[in-house]
Amino acid sequence: MRHLLYRLLHSAVLLLATVSFVFFAGRSIGDPALNILGVNATEQALETLRANIGLNDPLLVQYFRFIGDVLQGDFGVSYRFGFSVLPAEVLREGLGKPVLPLVLDRLPATFFLAGVAMSIAIAFALAMGIAAALWPRSAIDRIVTVLSLAGVSVVQFWLGLMLIVLFGVTLGWFPTTGYGGLEYVVLPALTLAARPMGRIAQVVRSAMLDELAKPYVTAAKAKGASDVRIVLVHGLKNAAIPIVTITGDELSALLTGAILVETVFAWPGIGLLLIDSLNRGDLPMVQAGICVVAALVIAVNFLVDVAYTLLDPKVRFKQAGP
Amino acid sequence: MSADEAAASGDAGFEPGDESRDSALGWRDYLLALVGDKVTLAAAAFLALLAVATLGADFVAPYDPVQLNLKERLLPPFSAGSSGIPHVLGTDELGRDMLSRLVYGARVSISVSLIGATVSALLGISLGLVAGFLRGALEDLIMRTVDGMLALPSLLVALFILFLIGGGYANLVLVFALLHWTVYARMARGLALSYRESTFVEAARAAGCRDSRIMIRHLLPNMASPLLVLFTLEIAILILSEASLSFLGFGIQPPEPSWGLMIAKGRDHMRSAWWMVTLPGVAILLTALSLNLVAAWVRTVSDPVQRWRYLRPRHAPQDESGAQGG
Repeated sequence: MRHLLYRLLHSAVLLLATVSFVFFAGRSIGDPALNILGVNATEQALETLRANIGLNDPLLVQYFRFIGDVLQGDFGVSYRFGFSVLPAEVLREGLGKPVLPLVLDRLPATFFLAGVAMSIAIAFALAMGIAAALWPRSAIDRIVTVLSLAGVSVVQFWLGLMLIVLFGVTLGWFPTTGYGGLEYVVLPALTLAARPMGRIAQVVRSAMLDELAKPYVTAAKAKGASDVRIVLVHGLKNAAIPIVTITGDELSALLTGAILVETVFAWPGIGLLLIDSLNRGDLPMVQAGICVVAALVIAVNFLVDVAYTLLDPKVRFKQAGP
Repeated sequence: MSADEAAASGDAGFEPGDESRDSALGWRDYLLALVGDKVTLAAAAFLALLAVATLGADFVAPYDPVQLNLKERLLPPFSAGSSGIPHVLGTDELGRDMLSRLVYGARVSISVSLIGATVSALLGISLGLVAGFLRGALEDLIMRTVDGMLALPSLLVALFILFLIGGGYANLVLVFALLHWTVYARMARGLALSYRESTFVEAARAAGCRDSRIMIRHLLPNMASPLLVLFTLEIAILILSEASLSFLGFGIQPPEPSWGLMIAKGRDHMRSAWWMVTLPGVAILLTALSLNLVAAWVRTVSDPVQRWRYLRPRHAPQDESGAQGG
């Protein structure tokens, strides 16, 4: 328990560091009032805006105000969405659209994509890794090794473009871009799955090789357990810890990879929103997006730690003991 | 078994686990082992070819990579050029020769990754070495920073920093150095910790070596091979990052050719000119794959427990089949 509490505290500190980073880094690019109103704004309008949104306060005061706002789920209002049409005076009333709900709106699409991609990756990785471990140094093993290295070596967005050309344009099997029914998720999910598939398959292979060489496998064999049972029940259960660890790592990487893949496929997730906002210079949206993605990654890491605690009897009993 | 493998094993007439023979392995053994391993050999050959092409781009590239020629735009591979030199890999939307752009793009993509990896390695290894060997409050500070940075999505942070400071070659190197030293620091610290109490460090200390000398002359050489493997893998990772960041418009900026930018440009002509988007991606894939294969080979060959797989090809299959049968 103490271990998990410590990890929770660690996660909270990381989140605070992220929020602080986006605040100070965001301030380093110059006057937010100028960024909001543009270079054509009059000095009068700039001054009013600065006074209204508290830019004349000391930086530290602004920082703590930002932290306080963020704790209440307020990352400020978008510079772009429903903003440019409003006169500077009404900013005080908070009529520009708040960014956090806009970011959170995009989460389901990203979760859907990431979930499908991860399912594909895990299914293929288990099959590939187990096959390679059962017949080491065989042709299958080599193919799996090269495939998994290729999965790690490929540029994700390029793979996406290739799949679009092949399956979308030439064969016409799947829609090339957009969001809709299940057929829309196939190509982006396959693109996103390539890398975790490679990484997880390699870990499955080496973990299974280790396990299959252990005495308990020989004992199970002597008792007459079938090969399938030995691999799936005995081997996989004991190989689970490294596999879960790498899967968690890859899940965090997947959330970042989604930024590129969503851009290529015009998938309306958090990544596409982030890139759009970066290109438009919409700082509050970018700040909120980065903090939300970072929070997700930190949460995934924490959950992996919990899973680790549950899976490893050594860790589990040490925690539970007196 | 090929003649190459037989030649390699002819040199290695000794039993597995023969430590005295192991320590006497020379560069010739490694070279023979490399020749015996076809896949790694191909990867190494590709990297060598790439190095030559990149360094000698001015002589290798048939055309000027930025020379426009609107009469010859979007030519498919193996088209004849008006100047008599064929466009072996076709031309892009402005009639620029693809092969020449790939070669010059390699120069940008690879050098930015190589410099980024070198700077981050120097930074990370120094900090990790100090943290693991000297320990104390400094170690806490360094390792907390490393843990924190490794927990955050680095591509996202890179994007944000480049959004703030602008893209371009130098800024890309800066971002790589800032974000990637952590992996070296973590590994170097772990290795330094594991050697800290060893006899050779004790001996060096007894002989009156200062801490700095122990770290540089005694610890560092013992840490070289895992760090070298990491360095090789990091180059591959940085090449992919450069491509991603440039593709999104936050990396290398347009007049310069880079592989990521070429893919971004090719995307607009994906349906009519497949080679524009396909070729730079293949170049990245082959480069990263080769680096990964070579890194895996170096890791195995430098591991005393596993190296027999490559260094004694004659024994390896027998051992394996024996283990399978028993």
